Parts: sequence; structure tokens; C-alpha cells
Amino acid sequence: MTDYVIELQDINKRFHDQHVLNNINLQIKHGEFLTLLGPSGCGKTTILRMISGFEQPTHGQLLIDGKNANNLIAEARNVHTVFQSFALFPHMTVYENVAFSLRCQKLPETEIKPRVFEALQIVKLADFAQRKPAQLSGGQQQRVAIARAIINRPLVLLLDEPLSSLDYRLRKSMQVELKQLQRKLGITFIFVTHDQEEALSMSDRVVVLHDGQIQQIGKPREVYENPANLTVAKFIGEVNIFPTTVIAYQNNAITVEIEGQVHSYKSKKAYLPEDKVNILLRPEDIRVYDTTEVDDTNDMYPGIIEEVIYKGTTVDLMVKLNSGKVIHAMEFFDEDDDSLVYTLGEKVWIQWIRGWEVILPHEA
Amino acid sequence: MSKNQNKLGNCFLGSTYAFLYLPILILIALSFNNARYSTTWHGFSWQWYSLLFQDTDLWISALHSLVLGVTAGCISTLLGTLAAIALFRFKFQGKSLLQGLIFVLIVIPDIVLGIALLMLFSKIQVPLGFFSLLLAHITFCLPFVIVTIFGRMTHIDKNIFEAAKDLGASEFIIFFKVTIPMLLPAIIAGLLLSFTLSFDDVMISYFVSGPSFEILPLKIFAMAKLGIKPELNALCTIIFLITIVTTFSAQLFLRKNKHA
Repeated sequence: MTDYVIELQDINKRFHDQHVLNNINLQIKHGEFLTLLGPSGCGKTTILRMISGFEQPTHGQLLIDGKNANNLIAEARNVHTVFQSFALFPHMTVYENVAFSLRCQKLPETEIKPRVFEALQIVKLADFAQRKPAQLSGGQQQRVAIARAIINRPLVLLLDEPLSSLDYRLRKSMQVELKQLQRKLGITFIFVTHDQEEALSMSDRVVVLHDGQIQQIGKPREVYENPANLTVAKFIGEVNIFPTTVIAYQNNAITVEIEGQVHSYKSKKAYLPEDKVNILLRPEDIRVYDTTEVDDTNDMYPGIIEEVIYKGTTVDLMVKLNSGKVIHAMEFFDEDDDSLVYTLGEKVWIQWIRGWEVILPHEA
Repeated sequence: MSKNQNKLGNCFLGSTYAFLYLPILILIALSFNNARYSTTWHGFSWQWYSLLFQDTDLWISALHSLVLGVTAGCISTLLGTLAAIALFRFKFQGKSLLQGLIFVLIVIPDIVLGIALLMLFSKIQVPLGFFSLLLAHITFCLPFVIVTIFGRMTHIDKNIFEAAKDLGASEFIIFFKVTIPMLLPAIIAGLLLSFTLSFDDVMISYFVSGPSFEILPLKIFAMAKLGIKPELNALCTIIFLITIVTTFSAQLFLRKNKHA
């Protein structure tokens, strides 16, 4: 057993003149739940198809279990895919669908049968073995597709946006089920999605892709709290951005002016005066106070409530600052606090907790 | 929709179907008419059918048509299936041109195809008989088979073939265990359709047949030249029934396919 189950080394892919993937370097560990996250057209599906053997890299090397797999045909790779459309065989029963890969290997039926039922039990569909796919619900079809892909005990299971054709509730419960299934089986899952919430809630590691390049690889929390660049910050979650210029850098802190106020913020990265930077703040890191609630308004910014969106567990606010910039704030309900009542046009003070801001250099 | 509109619609639909089916209904009725020359009703009789069953010449040409229809149907279905699969699964230059050419063959006038085939056969010296008929029938059945099967294939999720490959299936297994079973209803529909087309073709067969191999539609055509006899009505009624049965079963297979 090698260290990594899949390794992509300097992978490039061109379709005609179009660069779909640029210098992709990625190491995937045994038993990990890795998500490729990005908008459509970012190349995430191409990476998946390359691992499954349906696309060849234009340049670079793909290792599966430590061995060069560039020229290994799809049917010879011990890697199986769950397709977005499920791609079940409509003329076969659930049993026959799941048994397909074992029958391709010409195993005796006495060995196939217990393994099919074992796989069907894992996805809780043992009672549906004799049904045709058309007689199943979307969620059940999804599970047949998973059972069909895991029965051969693959090294890696590739999932190409498998939840996007399900409705919201089912998607939520399938997210939990998939995560549990992955833990139980111990198989490496490579999951492709454009849904950042799905990526954050399910994965051990997230790979953020944009324009065919890896923007950041990290645990969900790292990717969310310490985005490597503006692209990642904008794609994952909502973010308020204050572009500004460094006045001074001293004692591991930069001094900048935001909305007419000059303050210092901690920064491990050194900057020179005149460097352009962006100060990033997540909506949930911003506090909004009633004018009557505060005495000391130093370090606070005045604003006017532009929009109030009630969301059940939170209230989302659009606050217009003095400069005319509108920022997005998210306030959580607190049982003991009935101050979360906002009216349009109301004057408020906003503030954030020092150290929760993210400082990123300006990008051209 | 108001009642009056409903009535008007029914009336229109009724007259359209009457226009389409009245001639055939009259033919069927006359085949049971107890009179040789009159077109007025003289009572019910099976006599034209029993007369028909005694005509050995007619039976031989019917048998010929059957053999020709089954052979041409089977061969064109086989070729058509392969062609449709190739058109669907593989990308190659000139693919859309080829697809267009299939449709051209469907709408091309029979007389053009008939004369063209006759010229070709005389040029390459194919004797006119069973073999020339068979080649001609395959030629005009093939496009219909391809269109039927290709139409069905476009409804298939292409990922299914990739899924099969992904699960370790060879091209051989994909073809016999996935592609063919999924297309089977369309293949059977194509077979029945081409049998029907072959069985009642007059125009093209007229050009490419020879005295060594008489077929039913041409026999009827020749008989009709001497005046419509009641036996002919009976014969046409039988052919009409055969056509109806095969067409409906073709439809049934295609519909079953959609629900499967």
C-alpha cells in the first residue's frame, strides 16, 4: 500500500485550444472524503473523468495506487463512478444492476448472490431486489447506483454531483447517509459538486477549483475561515470586501483606513506602505447595534438598514454605510434578546470582532 | 370547451376518418358480397374466399412475398441496427451528412429508386428475380429501420454506456447485455415495419422483378388490369388485416419500450 490512493502530477488538459486543466497537483489519501468544489466549467468533472479513465491528460501523470494509470483503460481501473443521472440499466432489475460488474468478471452466481444482497443491505434496499429502476423513487435509484458502484470493492468511489437531481429534503438526508456510508466502508470518496454547503458539510478536505486551476486545498474550516484568495472567499459563502491601501506595517499589524476610520489589524504577512489590500468579513462576523444600545462608538461604523430578510434561525441585514457601500450582516437569534427587531431606514452601528477579519493582497 | 365546439370537433374528426377508411370498408364489404359483377349488396357469402384458397398460383406468389418480406426484413433490421448504433455511439466526420442522407431515402419517390435500381442491376448484371428483389427491398427498408432504432437511441442516457464500461464491461458485453436489450422493442418494431413495407410494395418491385419469381402485390396489380374481381377484394381484405396486425404490434412494442 502506497501513501496515496490517487496522485495527480502536473496534469494538464486541453480540448482543442482551450485549457481545461492547468498544472493540477493533487494527492488523495486512502479512506478520505475529498470534494472537488467549483462553479460549472471549472474542470472538476474533467478531473473525475480522468480518474475514471474516460479522459486522458494532455500532459502530466496520473497514479492510481502508486502505479502510472495514464494508459489504463476505464474498464481495467478499480475505480467506480456514481453518475449524476444515476445511469441505471432500465431493462434490468435492481439485483441485475448491482450484480452487473461481478457478472462481467464471470464470478459464479453462488458468490454473486450474497454479495449483491450485502450491498443492497448497506443501502437499505434488500426488499427491492426484483424491482425495475423505473419503479423506484429518485432517492432509491440513487442508492442502487451506489450499491452497484461499491459492490466490486473499488479503491475509490467517484461521485459526480450525485445529489443535484434530488429535492432539497432528500438531498440533506442523502448527505448524511453518504458520509456515514463512507465511514462504514472506508473507501476513498471523491465527490464533485458546485454546492459549497454540501462540500463543507461532508468532506474531510475540499479542493476549490476555478478556471482549471486549484485555488486552495484544505479542511472545510480552513477553506471557509482562511480563504487563500478572493476567488475562494467569494465562491464559498458570502463575504463583504473592503478594498484599501496599507498606510504602515509595524509589529505584525497593518494600519489601514476603512470607511474614514484608521485602525490596525494583525497580519502575519508583511506588507509595504501603499500596498493594495482587501479586508474581508463574513456576514456572521458583523455585529449590528441599535443606536440606543451603545455608548462607546469608537471602532464602530454608522449605517442605515436597507433591507431585512427573516430566515428563521437568522436575520439577514443589508446595511448602507456612510460611503454608500452596502454590506451584508447576519444576526443569530438569541432567546433572551428581543433586540433583533430592525426597521427599514433605522440608524445602526456596526462592528466586528477584532481578529476575525481576513486580509488578502489585492488581485489584478 | 363548449358543447357545440365539442360536437363540431367530433364531426370534423368523424368525416376525416370516414374519408380515410370508407374505401377500405367498401372493399371489405364487397369481398363478402354474393354477386360477381354488381356493386350492390346481394347477401353475405364466403365464396370469394374459398375461391381464393383454391388458386394455387396466387398461393405461390403469396408464399414468395412472405419469404421475401421475412428475409428482407431480417437483413435490413440487422444492418439497420448496426448502422443506427454506429451513428449514435461514434463521432466521425460527415456524420450529420450521413444522417441527412437516410432521410432523403425515406422521402425519395419510389419510381426514382425503382429505375435507379433497375439500371444498376442491368449494369452489374444481376438477374431479375428473387435476388434483385431482395436487394431492392433491403434498400428501401433500411432507412426506416435506422430511423426507428436511432429515434429510440436518442432517448437513452449516454452515461449508461459509460457506466457499463466503468463497471468493467467489454464492448462485447455492452453490445449484447446493454445496447441490444435496451433497443429490443425498437428492433422488433423495425422488423415488423420493414416486413410490412416489403410485403405490399408494388412500385419498386415492378421494376426489379422477373418472371422467375412472382410476388403477390404485382400479381394483384396484373389481375386488376383485367378488371376487379371479387376474389381480389377478398385477397386485399386479408392483406389489409395482415398489415393492420403487424403495424399495431410494431406500435405496441415501441410503446412498451417507453414504459419499461
